[in-house]
Amino acid sequence: MIEDLIAMEDAFIGWLTALEPVKIADIATVVALYAGAFFAFVGSVGLLKLDTPMKRLHAPTKASTLGVGSLLLASMIQAFAHGSGSVHEVLIMAFLFVTAPISANFISKVNLHREDADPTPPPPGDSAWATFDTHPADDRTPKEV
Amino acid sequence: MIDIAIKVAFVAVSLAQVLAMIRLVKGPSIGDRILALDTMVVNAIALIVLLGLWGGTQLYFEAALIFAMLGFVSTVAYCRFVLRGDIIE
Repeated sequence: MIEDLIAMEDAFIGWLTALEPVKIADIATVVALYAGAFFAFVGSVGLLKLDTPMKRLHAPTKASTLGVGSLLLASMIQAFAHGSGSVHEVLIMAFLFVTAPISANFISKVNLHREDADPTPPPPGDSAWATFDTHPADDRTPKEV
Repeated sequence: MIDIAIKVAFVAVSLAQVLAMIRLVKGPSIGDRILALDTMVVNAIALIVLLGLWGGTQLYFEAALIFAMLGFVSTVAYCRFVLRGDIIE
């Protein structure tokens, strides 16, 4: 039993050391690609399958950003393994991770106010351009220089 | 190995795009439609990233970044228009 485990461990370590770094990066890329594809798909399945709007909000806003994050991670690993590395993808990832909760908050506010909360007050009427609706104190001609 | 994984990811993200489009057509409330459009933008970013990975080029990342910014701004603008009847008050 113990000898079998030690033999398996030796075989695994031999397999790992026989791999080149590029090969390991390729395996990591493939794993990240499958994870990203899985999460993107699961997000849309949840969007279609769940039954109330608030439940539907939960599925894609988490799963899709995780999916895109994994795909961007795959792209970064691939860029670092073959040729020059790039960190452009971190920009997209950071932007998506920052904006996903904000847009989810806005969509949930739409769901709330469309269904069981009081409607929001009407917006103030605007008769003219904002630059024309100035306070009288600001309504002066510039001094001559 | 990577080629097969990229193809599988293309198929999965495209199917996700189609499912989001079904929700966009079906969606009973307007929040569902906004959410479906937001999901479609995210999936489009995933497709652009996969295209860049497939071609082995860095050219498409600016396009993906612009898609991300435009998707966020349009989602917020649509939500504010539905909530307030006005985008910039």
